[in-house]
Amino acid sequence: MGRVLSYAVRGLTRRHGVGERAVLATCDLDLDIERGEVFGVLGPNGAGKTTLVRQLMGLIRPDAGSIEMLGWDIVARPDIPPRLAAYLGQADTALADLPVGVAVETTARLRGLGRAASRAARTAVMDELGLAPIASRPLRHLSGGQRRLAAVACTLVGDRQVLVLDEPTTGLDPTARRAVWSALQRRRATTGVTVLLVTHNVLEAETVLDRVAVLDAGRVIACDTPGRLKASVSGDVRLDLVWRSEPPRDDPTIVRLAQHAEITGHRWSTRMTAADAREALARLTAGPAFAALDDFTLATPSLEDVYLALGGASRTLERT
Amino acid sequence: MTAAAYNAISQSTGEPSLAQSGAGQSGAGQDGGTVGAAVTVAGAVLLPPSTRFGPALRAVYAGQLARGRVARVPLLFVAAFQSLGIMLLLRGVVDTGNETTSEQVVAGSTVLVVAFVALNLLAQRFGALRAAGALDYYLTLPIPGSAVVLGTAASYASFAVPGTVITAVVGALLFDLPLSGLWLLLPVAALAGASLAGIGAAIGLLAPRQELATVAGQVGMSVVLFVGIIPADRLPAGANVLRDLVPSTYAVDVLAAAFRPSVDWAAAAADLLVCAVVAVITLTAASMALRRAGNARG
Repeated sequence: MGRVLSYAVRGLTRRHGVGERAVLATCDLDLDIERGEVFGVLGPNGAGKTTLVRQLMGLIRPDAGSIEMLGWDIVARPDIPPRLAAYLGQADTALADLPVGVAVETTARLRGLGRAASRAARTAVMDELGLAPIASRPLRHLSGGQRRLAAVACTLVGDRQVLVLDEPTTGLDPTARRAVWSALQRRRATTGVTVLLVTHNVLEAETVLDRVAVLDAGRVIACDTPGRLKASVSGDVRLDLVWRSEPPRDDPTIVRLAQHAEITGHRWSTRMTAADAREALARLTAGPAFAALDDFTLATPSLEDVYLALGGASRTLERT
Repeated sequence: MTAAAYNAISQSTGEPSLAQSGAGQSGAGQDGGTVGAAVTVAGAVLLPPSTRFGPALRAVYAGQLARGRVARVPLLFVAAFQSLGIMLLLRGVVDTGNETTSEQVVAGSTVLVVAFVALNLLAQRFGALRAAGALDYYLTLPIPGSAVVLGTAASYASFAVPGTVITAVVGALLFDLPLSGLWLLLPVAALAGASLAGIGAAIGLLAPRQELATVAGQVGMSVVLFVGIIPADRLPAGANVLRDLVPSTYAVDVLAAAFRPSVDWAAAAADLLVCAVVAVITLTAASMALRRAGNARG
């Protein structure tokens, strides 16, 4: 008998639409998620991240493939994920009219906790996330970040073995974001909770994840630790240039950079070997182009570079 | 036994008759809120129990009532104002000496309050939740779908109570009807509320688009208004069929009878039974539609 994984996914395929307009939202996807792992799914908008996790929660049935969750076949038994996992979706309309405290406590009750236990669990999680001062305010009257944090609190309450979170920190300020990351790490460290986290934020992926699957057009194009993924493209660095005015087009360095740069307005982003980048930067800062240069950054590879190096085509990943 | 083998068995025999290993007994009984022992099979982890129907229903209902506290004033009174307006209008038209018509107008206006809240607003609510993808919240909790539908429906029916009382009392005073039989309002409001809420929930969960759910809810309410307030003998040809098909009709008939000196109890009981049967059917359909609504979203 092999070890029991939080998720063992094989050949998962799901189409949206029918006939010629059908799109493969998940395409022959394999995934193993260990117990106690903080696992991330990183990808641009439209990569199929949400469709993937909704299948993992039993919310939609795959067209083909199998999903085992902690040893249970959840394609045959979509009633099982709610018993093992808590899910944070992108919509919180169901809770919008409720005061934060009531929303958290009601969710605890619906996860089977008794009255007293629900109240205690509510107090604990609201203190943990710093929500106590706004306990009596309805979610819809909160700022976007506070509202998201309240929804996270509803997900954390009731102590599930698996947490599936679809972009939990969208709209959160840096302090609240760190509070969520700490809360997740704490649960993993103390009770071995498995966290599956969807993100399109590179910083989040690099900061909190043990392993990350990079998703593009419904396929996993890479899956490893953030460190190893970055090491796989470590020959290159990224040189970003910001121009305050039009750079001199007759400068040979500019011509060469322009050929390979991804240009967005005044911003040029280029990838090259460290040696080439040093040389290009030396020429730029010493030559006539320097007068037009407003700012530059030289960075080691991020997960975004991994995504692009692996053939990812979208530009909607967030860096901060 | 593997989890796959367990699945095969559980599908053929139903959930409760599970193989349980010695490790499968913890996790249940958190203040009695959960059902069944936690179960496990070889090669799979302990499966925590689901939340029982009763506690889940109470939690959904309490949560929805808390929602209502925020929006209470408009919700309670918009419904009553509409019916009060209709009664005032008809008071100027109808001859108060015609008791049958007076009874019908007051009873129809009262049931209209229930229809406004339980059918129209509930259809909109479920339609909006579905369109926003917010049903995922309920579908990823270990609770029966029927608890969500019933809890929500019950809360909307509760919102209708003050409006129905106000409408019935003011109507009886306006049309010089006796108030002695008004206790019948209790079972009428409850069963009309349940049956119309069932229809409202089913519309909201089954309509392909949110706008259609809204329109269907409003059309449903208009039908209740039309066949509920106009006396049966004055309805245009064909509309009597519609009258017999709408559960609110039976509630209106019972309530109209309540304003008479002697009530035909057998007929009243039969009418209330119709409401109850429709409630069971539509609420069951809505519960099934809830699971389907989650699965259908891409």
